[in-house]
Amino acid sequence: MANHSASHPAHVQHHFVDSDQQFESAKMGMWVFLVNEILFFGGLFCAYIVFRAWYPDLFSQAALELNKVWGGVNTVVLIGSSLTVAMAIRSAQKNQIRGLRINLLITIALACVFMVIKYFEYEHKLHLGIAPGMFWNPTPEVLAELSHPKANIFFGIYYMMTGVHGLHVLVGIGLMIWLYIRAGKGHFNSEYYTPVEITGLYWHLVDLIWIFLFPLLYLIE
Amino acid sequence: MGRLFDFMLPENKSPLTADPTDGLFHFINEVSLIFLVGITIALIYFAFKYKRKSDNDYTPVITHNNTLEITWSVIPLLITLVIFGWGYSGWLNLKAVPDDAYEIQVTGFKWNWAVNYENGAQTLNEIHVPKGRPVKIVLQSRDVLHSFFVPDYRVKHDAVPGRYTYVWFQAEEVGESVVFCTEYCGTEHSYMDAKIIVHEPEDFETWLEINGGGPSGTPVEQGEALVMQQGCQTCHSVDGSAGLAPTFQGLFGRDEQLADGSTLQADENYIRESILDPGAKIVAGYANIMPPYEGILSDDEITNIIEYLKTLE
Amino acid sequence: MAAAETNNMTTLQVKRFKPSENPTNTYLTDEKGVWAWMTTVDHKKIGLMYLASVAFFFAFAGFLAIALRTELWEPATNFIDADTYNKYFTLHGAMMVFFVLIPSIPAALGNFVLPMQLGAKDVAFPRLNLASFYIYVIGAIFTFISLAYNGFDTGWTFYTPYSSTGSTGVIWVTLGVFILGFSSILTGTNFITTIHKLRAPGITWDKLPLNIWALYATSIIQVLATPVLAITILLLAMENIMDIGIFDPAKGGDPVLYQHFFWFYSHPAVYIMIVPGFGIISEVISTFSKKTVFGYWAIALSSLAIAFIGFLVWGHHMFTSGQSAVATTVFSFLTFLVGIPTGIKIFNWIATLYKGSIDMKTPMLYVFIFLFLFSIGGFTGIMLGALSVDIHLHDTYYVVAHFHYVMMGGTLIALLAGLHYWWPKMTGKMYNETQGKIAAILVFIGFNMTFLPQFIMGAQGMPRRYYNYIDQFQPFHQTSTIGSYILGVAFLLILYYLVMSLIKGEQAPSNPWKSRALEWQSTSPPDFHNFAHTPVVINGPYDYHKPMEEFQLGLAVEHNGHGEHHEVETEETEKA
Repeated sequence: MANHSASHPAHVQHHFVDSDQQFESAKMGMWVFLVNEILFFGGLFCAYIVFRAWYPDLFSQAALELNKVWGGVNTVVLIGSSLTVAMAIRSAQKNQIRGLRINLLITIALACVFMVIKYFEYEHKLHLGIAPGMFWNPTPEVLAELSHPKANIFFGIYYMMTGVHGLHVLVGIGLMIWLYIRAGKGHFNSEYYTPVEITGLYWHLVDLIWIFLFPLLYLIE
Repeated sequence: MGRLFDFMLPENKSPLTADPTDGLFHFINEVSLIFLVGITIALIYFAFKYKRKSDNDYTPVITHNNTLEITWSVIPLLITLVIFGWGYSGWLNLKAVPDDAYEIQVTGFKWNWAVNYENGAQTLNEIHVPKGRPVKIVLQSRDVLHSFFVPDYRVKHDAVPGRYTYVWFQAEEVGESVVFCTEYCGTEHSYMDAKIIVHEPEDFETWLEINGGGPSGTPVEQGEALVMQQGCQTCHSVDGSAGLAPTFQGLFGRDEQLADGSTLQADENYIRESILDPGAKIVAGYANIMPPYEGILSDDEITNIIEYLKTLE
Repeated sequence: MAAAETNNMTTLQVKRFKPSENPTNTYLTDEKGVWAWMTTVDHKKIGLMYLASVAFFFAFAGFLAIALRTELWEPATNFIDADTYNKYFTLHGAMMVFFVLIPSIPAALGNFVLPMQLGAKDVAFPRLNLASFYIYVIGAIFTFISLAYNGFDTGWTFYTPYSSTGSTGVIWVTLGVFILGFSSILTGTNFITTIHKLRAPGITWDKLPLNIWALYATSIIQVLATPVLAITILLLAMENIMDIGIFDPAKGGDPVLYQHFFWFYSHPAVYIMIVPGFGIISEVISTFSKKTVFGYWAIALSSLAIAFIGFLVWGHHMFTSGQSAVATTVFSFLTFLVGIPTGIKIFNWIATLYKGSIDMKTPMLYVFIFLFLFSIGGFTGIMLGALSVDIHLHDTYYVVAHFHYVMMGGTLIALLAGLHYWWPKMTGKMYNETQGKIAAILVFIGFNMTFLPQFIMGAQGMPRRYYNYIDQFQPFHQTSTIGSYILGVAFLLILYYLVMSLIKGEQAPSNPWKSRALEWQSTSPPDFHNFAHTPVVINGPYDYHKPMEEFQLGLAVEHNGHGEHHEVETEETEKA
């Protein structure tokens, strides 16, 4: 315990030499984690590619069941939230804690809007019996449009992809609430805003994945 | 030809498919042995020769040696390229079925191999083939993955549900070879073997003629043949002994206790339902492991099986 | 040596810190009590907790192996029925792979050694490190819950459609493996960041110990491959829970796609297990021959090459599965390429021995055993990569013998080498050298007796995962069973003398092997912060031609921030 240097600022953990090293480490760790997230979704994208190559007509047919308008609105909402989270980081860098909190609140609100729209989309589909796996039981009207025998596979993939993405959004909301509370307690300033920065990175990735999901699932011609 | 590692391989009964494999097997073993002996000698020699004498032993600083390192990178690389090419050509040979091959359909299911010949002859776990003629086995699976492996012929392929795969061979002597299932498929996986019986070509024709032309006999005889053919007796004994499924002996008219607590008397409709949709009503104490026979057995065949079951008292 | 120059050409003022031989204040005395251990963020304690867990699972899965071998003493039923047998071999495989081999070297030994070799006080994210451990524990708990639900008998590979029939046991174990994956991912993330950002002054990339290079390559594989396993296993769980149909042919899915997904992780996972073993071998072989490692860059870069090519060879597990002919050809070709860097390492290690000063202590004995067994594992791997031969050998005991030679003869023997090598540092106690050597020889004999016969019966056609077998294979099975008992005895002996060493072993010196590596320049056991000073490194970790004093340097005056210049005389101090 010899060298617990007294000149360590409070936010620097004992095993780091200084604030810079801690910030760099946290950022790098987050980037590595994001690479792993990309591969995690990569598996799902792979399954998507394989099945789309096998059943191209299924995908163009089934995509018609998805609501392009609400999907588009959700895309705009998420891109907007990416902007506000970037503004939150900017505020933190400039030591504007009020701005940081407001931007975080807007981001949380937008994320919630995304989830609410998602909820209504799911709700509508489940109502029509377009449910994953063993709950697959479409109404006759749906079956008339969606005659493909493997239609359940498309929606298996749809629910997996959007479901896992939705979980990531929920985790993001949780993280942002935590940041909001910590910001309120005055934990962040222009010297130390690492958690805001790396949560922002995470949020951009969640946004980015949706930007891929939207055209791949909703906009197939 | 006697080679050092002959003891490792089973008898070669289909030289057309086995020879390239065996040649490469021996080559890799022999090269590996040379390297392994070299490595071992070096290890032992160094261990004695350079044994530590004192804590202050001087050791030279040898950081690397490009010539040496390139040599021991390139030589193994060349050897492995030879091995790759050799293995690849042998594999192409295993994929290239001769045009005049005799085709036999083999279906794997838990835990039997059903065999169908061109003229309607059917066998279970016995594959009759002619000597000296290439034979193509077309594989499919009814339930989970299985794998068709004949050590004597050095051929193997998975039987995958929903697609066809194949192996070919040409047996050069009359006799029997064993077939193993090598893809794990559940409880009786290790009992899922079969026999390949090689006949003289004339004998094979005769055998085919006797067994061909579809089922014959009374409904009870046909039912019995079907039960054997479908491998039902693998799990359902016909003599009352315990198995993975309820015994057929005395089944008809028996009161069965079901897993959900209710009881019913086994009648024609129950047996029919249990064949087509086995999971619908499970007898207490047994697992739902039977594949459904919907689309595999016709109504007439099911009727014949029920007639046969009635005779097992 | 008044001043040391580091990579960014800053001049640092240094002095010699000679580690105390009788440390009074160590990480073991610093925090006491069960609660302190369970909530510690100290990488050394977390490493030891992993080590204890790995040992527990190894004993459990090893016991299952003994039961399996006993059952195989004769064909058909011996003392357990077929379903029990199938559950035992599945559990043996799944536990050995997911709970023993994958965390064994990186998470247990790596956690302890990596920050010390970097001269860091801890890993970059200590709390995350503790979280990884608990995620591992939760994964294990899920697996045990599955045993309560009648277990699982799918084989550790969980091939569909056999595994997707909705059995409750399979759901629990797949969720367990899913959770466990995150432990591996987070450890990998932690290590990569630590290696990049937390190196002590002077440790440039060309002065990294080869163990660090190996752990670096391993961490890259963990981060890139494990998420794919996670999603695969999640899809499989969903298949079981609600039949989504992606892998089940009855619902339009494809079982071969599952195999591609599974092996995309599980082949690189083989390198997660073996590459850190390579790191240990490099460390031990250099220390006990008192000599610079031959071909430092060849060994360091071949680890990365293996990590990279290892991602491109997964299809060689599927030559008989019905994948496309082009894929099969390419996968076979690349498989041979991955053999080359492995061969290079073997030759480099042997060349390191040349003109060395070889001290055949227990860790070194294990290295020799490793070199012999792993070579056999490698050669038989070449055999299995050759297309036509693999058709014959696939899914036979030949494959079983091959991967035991690589995984047990390679990874576990390397783990034993590392365990004995770092034992004095970890515990501050010496183990009994004679008993150590006897156990090593018993392991060697037992291992070969268990697995050599399996090559023969496999080539003769004995399929794996067989409860019953035809009579001609019985002599091989019986030899193998006797061998497994010898192995069992050897491991009991190791357990015995290691426990005895904890109870009444003699006090270990700070550097019993006279190594030049940084982790040995601390007390045994180390200080809570690893070093009482900030170490400064001016030589490579294997520079045995330089005097010991040059390896015991540290900052004379602690400071924060970089780029400060000091020019002050050094003084020799001895830490109390």
